[in-house]
Amino acid sequence: MTSPTPGTPDPATGPPDPAPGPPDPATGPPDPAPGPPDPATGPPGSATGPPGPTTGLPAPAPGRPVPGSGTAAGSPAVEVRGLRVSLDGVPILFGVDLTVRAGEWVTVIGPNGAGKSTLLRAVGGLLPTPDAVRLFGTPLGALRRRERARVVATVAQSPVVPPGMAVLDYVLLGRNPYIPPLGRESAADLAVVHEVLDRLDLAGFRTRELATLSGGERQRVFLARALAQGATLLLLDEPTSALDIGHQQEVLELVDQLRRTHGLTVLATMHDLSIAGEYADRMVLLADGRIAAAGTPEEVLTEELLAHHYRAHVKVIPGPHGPLVLPTRPRP
Amino acid sequence: MHQALRRGPSFPSGEAAQPPRPTGLRKRWLAAGIFAVLVALVAGVSFGPVSLPPGSVAIELLNLLPGVRLDSGLTEREIAIVTELRLPRAVLGLLVGGLLALAGGAYQGVFRNPLADPYLLGVAAGAGLAVTVVLTLGVGSGGALSGLPVTIPLAAFVGSLGAVLMTYLLGAAGGRSRSPATLILAGVAVSAFLSAGQTYLLQRHAESIQQVYSWLLGRLATAGWQDVRLVLPYFLLTSLVILLFRRELDVLSVGDDEATSLGLHPQRSRYLLIAAASLGTAAAVSASGLIGFVGIIVPHTVRLLAGSSYRVVLPLSLLFGGAFLALTDVVARTAAAPQEIPIGVVTALLGGPFFVLVLRTARRVLS
Repeated sequence: MTSPTPGTPDPATGPPDPAPGPPDPATGPPDPAPGPPDPATGPPGSATGPPGPTTGLPAPAPGRPVPGSGTAAGSPAVEVRGLRVSLDGVPILFGVDLTVRAGEWVTVIGPNGAGKSTLLRAVGGLLPTPDAVRLFGTPLGALRRRERARVVATVAQSPVVPPGMAVLDYVLLGRNPYIPPLGRESAADLAVVHEVLDRLDLAGFRTRELATLSGGERQRVFLARALAQGATLLLLDEPTSALDIGHQQEVLELVDQLRRTHGLTVLATMHDLSIAGEYADRMVLLADGRIAAAGTPEEVLTEELLAHHYRAHVKVIPGPHGPLVLPTRPRP
Repeated sequence: MHQALRRGPSFPSGEAAQPPRPTGLRKRWLAAGIFAVLVALVAGVSFGPVSLPPGSVAIELLNLLPGVRLDSGLTEREIAIVTELRLPRAVLGLLVGGLLALAGGAYQGVFRNPLADPYLLGVAAGAGLAVTVVLTLGVGSGGALSGLPVTIPLAAFVGSLGAVLMTYLLGAAGGRSRSPATLILAGVAVSAFLSAGQTYLLQRHAESIQQVYSWLLGRLATAGWQDVRLVLPYFLLTSLVILLFRRELDVLSVGDDEATSLGLHPQRSRYLLIAAASLGTAAAVSASGLIGFVGIIVPHTVRLLAGSSYRVVLPLSLLFGGAFLALTDVVARTAAAPQEIPIGVVTALLGGPFFVLVLRTARRVLS
């Protein structure tokens, strides 16, 4: 299996970028199937759990293209080419190009209505754009829904909280793509759910009703459901918009930690620019349905770009993990 | 800590020491549901103009099982009352009540709407109009048409399904952005349209108002084994489909977008479930008229008492819905004997206060 060399074209993603080479068992390639058995490439949690079929991802259906496997191993996690989207006749995205390498964290920023959520929905397969989006080298249109759900997991902006549903049952929904259509969950599915809950310190909440949890706890549960899907590509739509600043950091640190230990790829949208810049390897500025800028946080978070596209008066000062964006009141 | 132990390499394959299990149908609730069905069956057969001792009735019911031969002490005539008159009526009550409650629960899940009931998509109005047409026109032509025993059930069945089809086509006219709400609104429009037609017909043929209303209020009165045989295939088909989809209904509860990203096909599951629930409702309506309240009250009572997962709500609604209607029928035909109270009146009179009671006590338990 040839090993891709991400990180080289982009100096800013050097050390923090988990190199998907063979020497590091914790950050293997994002594909569960090929190569020698590697405990770290199973579903989340399996790095600390037992290897093998108990918690391992079921092998993809034979004879179908396997995302990220074989010849496609070097493909980027997300490849968007010329994506155009119109919703109810209103054009939202005008030919967007975007590449997210495996293991990378890319954050999409942009003013309200720029098309950030639409872009994420398109990548997640929720919009009929079969040819413009490839995940791990496979066009979205070539993936069945259940196959796609094993490759990409989404945490929506404000997920529905079903009344009366317990945390354990909610996280178990993430195993849907592994449960036969009219069947029931296996012991392996339950084991994955329990491991994810342990991993996110949610074990004590298992029987609690989801609706009774606080915002920060809920966000961790939403994340747990996405992780239970065993997908290596995580789409986060405004993952911290409902949280106070401490819980924002807590959740994003957790995501970053999971990204490193499980070799996840993260594509997120965010509004808080400073925090977005601190966690992203690369950023994409979307404005009026087009990519206005892309690059490292230092390249995208500039006073000129933000003034032009957000109509905002900001000061950008260098910080330890990326530029810090301070809103300032315009002088009269 | 036990967590550290569980993560250890010797962690077995998921069977051992896993404290909480996902919500599922607990054995004691299943047993309670089956018990309720048996009680309703024995009560439904025992009480009537001639009261029979429930113990003897239970023995006589056991005698219906192959290979069982016990002496119940009942006379030949009493045994005939049990097997030919009262048992089919009690069984029909079980089937109709179970179907209505199951369809109501399925609709509530499919539309993510607690107010959904089996008549949401126009079943009641469609059946009402069709039956009114038959009764009024039948009266006009000397009663020949409405005199046939299968005419009214057939009209109700066709009218129900026709109304649901209209609702579906109207909702689908909304284009790609068909949401569950569009379908509900289409149901409201179709119901209003068909009800208007029914009102007009009734006004023109005032002589059949009583006949039509006695049908509208629902009854299990003329039930013989023939009615049971007519409903049974639909009962089996509807229950099978809806119960097979009970886990998917839980997934659907997070909304269409999230269900799609979890690998589901929400529209496909939704329309299949709607088709199954509508078929079952149409069969129930054709056998017993419009019995209100069962489809909304039973699933909610189950939800409050046993849990809100559809894995729990649907099978228990089937059992308790059947038991509820069969017991209600006992009240309907004994409370004002020899007159019969329309069963739809009794379900609302008994079910309403009972539901309020459950709502209050369950809230107290929850808080």
